[in-house]
Amino acid sequence: MRIRNSLIVYRKELRDMLRDKRTIRSMVIIPVIAMPLIIVGIGTLMGHLEQEAKKEPSKVMVSGGQDSPKMLAALQNVPDIQISPYQSDAKQEVSDKEIGALVEIPAGFDSVLSSNKTAQVSIGYYENDDKSELAKERLQQFFDDYRDKMARAALTARGMPTNLLEPFTVAATNIAPPSKVSAAAIGGWILYMVIIFSFSGAMYPAMDLTAGEKERGTLETILSSPVSRTDLVIGKFLMVMTASIITTALSLTSMGASIAWAGRSAGAGADAAFKLSFDPTSVLAIVILLVPLAVLFAVVLIAVALLAKSYREAQTYVSPLMFLVIIPAIVGALPGVELNWKTALIPILNVSLVSKEIFAATYHWSYIALIFATTCLYAAIGIAAAVHMFNREEVLFRT
Amino acid sequence: MIQATQLSKVFRDKKRGEIRAVDGVSFMCRPGEIYGLLGANGAGKTTTLRMLATILAPSAGTATVAGFDVVKQPQEVRAHVGFLSTATALYDRLTAAETVEYFGQLYGLDAATIARRTNEIFKALDMDEFRDRRCAKLSTGMKQKVSIARTLVHDPPVMIFDEPTNGLDVMAARSITDFIRQCRDRGKTVIFSTHVMSEVERLCDSIGIIHSGRMCAEGTLEELKGRYRKDNLEDIFISVSEDGHANS
Repeated sequence: MRIRNSLIVYRKELRDMLRDKRTIRSMVIIPVIAMPLIIVGIGTLMGHLEQEAKKEPSKVMVSGGQDSPKMLAALQNVPDIQISPYQSDAKQEVSDKEIGALVEIPAGFDSVLSSNKTAQVSIGYYENDDKSELAKERLQQFFDDYRDKMARAALTARGMPTNLLEPFTVAATNIAPPSKVSAAAIGGWILYMVIIFSFSGAMYPAMDLTAGEKERGTLETILSSPVSRTDLVIGKFLMVMTASIITTALSLTSMGASIAWAGRSAGAGADAAFKLSFDPTSVLAIVILLVPLAVLFAVVLIAVALLAKSYREAQTYVSPLMFLVIIPAIVGALPGVELNWKTALIPILNVSLVSKEIFAATYHWSYIALIFATTCLYAAIGIAAAVHMFNREEVLFRT
Repeated sequence: MIQATQLSKVFRDKKRGEIRAVDGVSFMCRPGEIYGLLGANGAGKTTTLRMLATILAPSAGTATVAGFDVVKQPQEVRAHVGFLSTATALYDRLTAAETVEYFGQLYGLDAATIARRTNEIFKALDMDEFRDRRCAKLSTGMKQKVSIARTLVHDPPVMIFDEPTNGLDVMAARSITDFIRQCRDRGKTVIFSTHVMSEVERLCDSIGIIHSGRMCAEGTLEELKGRYRKDNLEDIFISVSEDGHANS
């Protein structure tokens, strides 16, 4: 192997890539422009829609309650609840989203306290429908307040202290530094994005530099030069890694900036929540673990895409691999999936699990060393496989 | 100098089983000589030339090219060969000069030598006008010139051309055949494959007719005319192909 030749190939591929509009689109424009637009745009839109929904009163129907005028009058006075005349098909109206909820008031509701009985108010709503859920919440709030008021009035009337209702309160306060809380909450999520970006950033160049070259007829040209196939693979691999790193870095920067911006525009409280300060040791440990993983992605993508005759065919081979990356990354984020000697051997999942621990400032050095070593081993096997593929004539000249 | 000895190539196909694309082909091509490899489509010309250029490895037999063995010293062979075919395309996003520079670097030349060779070749092939234009923007003829410049940058003693005029118009094809002749005049060993009889008649010092992977006839044009008692190459070719077909 001659590193000089690999570097010549790498420099040429870099120059070629920087002139390719498709690469620039996928590597720069999408992460830098589309990502903030999506995050900020969707965030703003959702916030706006939520605000609009909250401004609108919830339409409800009331069944019964004719013998409880006090309660009915109080309900009618709630500004964000609008009572529609009762109809016999009220349940259907809820299902059809014509009204938000149906309240059924038992007979003798107003006199329930004096008769020493317990009454049950039923609220019928449409689960998972935002408007209906909001109507249910508003009704529940109303009845909670109304119950409280009734109980207090009854206690006062009997000359009893109202603190009988609430002899003590419980206050739970976060005493961990807010920055650490944020790191634990979104650290795993950031890692997940890094894994996805480093894979997707490598996809396009890996396909272009293998199947794309076959399709354009330039592979035979380069194979007729004295560069060895190993040097060629290394040069191409360096290029794919470069693209992967640039995409990840740009995506993270733009994502971080848009989240910070969205947080700031949402108000001072949200802004404080996004003040992240990761411990440099954990960031360094995770970067060290991610490098061999990115190498593994690059070489696997090169080896798989080389099987295809054309760029289009390569896409059909490479796209399903995305699931192989996403699934272990998601499984790693699930509660209950723990780091042990078995899960430490599963690529992607192991990095995901150990990173979760690292973000929580727990360093299992033996696991970290094992995971780094196994990921390096997998990456080395991947490099050997890619070189092997470049030496197989039936792969290079598939017809 | 090219010396092929019992060169064979077997491909394995899932549907068709074992395919002997080239079957025990031997021939010799000397410096200052043009050897024409003539054959129908699928006869084994491209596979033979790819083995000589070490793009494919022989299944059996070997060849020495410019004094190096294609099996044992493939990188040295490639360093001493210029290989041009219709399948060797150019990088669209590199300019003509960058393409030549890239290959010059891969051939191990230093920057000064690359610059000197590029200037010489661009002047000789009248390429200065589109020197800094990207290959994607070049006409077919211009692209062929860039490909020639790419194969010549390291001044190789052996040139291998696989159907170099395929798909070119008359003018572009003529510039290629002129160039092939110049290579011979400079003492290079030249082998080229084609199925265009007139090119072979005009250019070749020796001719090998290949059919179903086997060398069926070899010699100078005059020798072949005498042996087959035909007065033109097309008739000779059909006669040889029919004999080859009957024997296979």
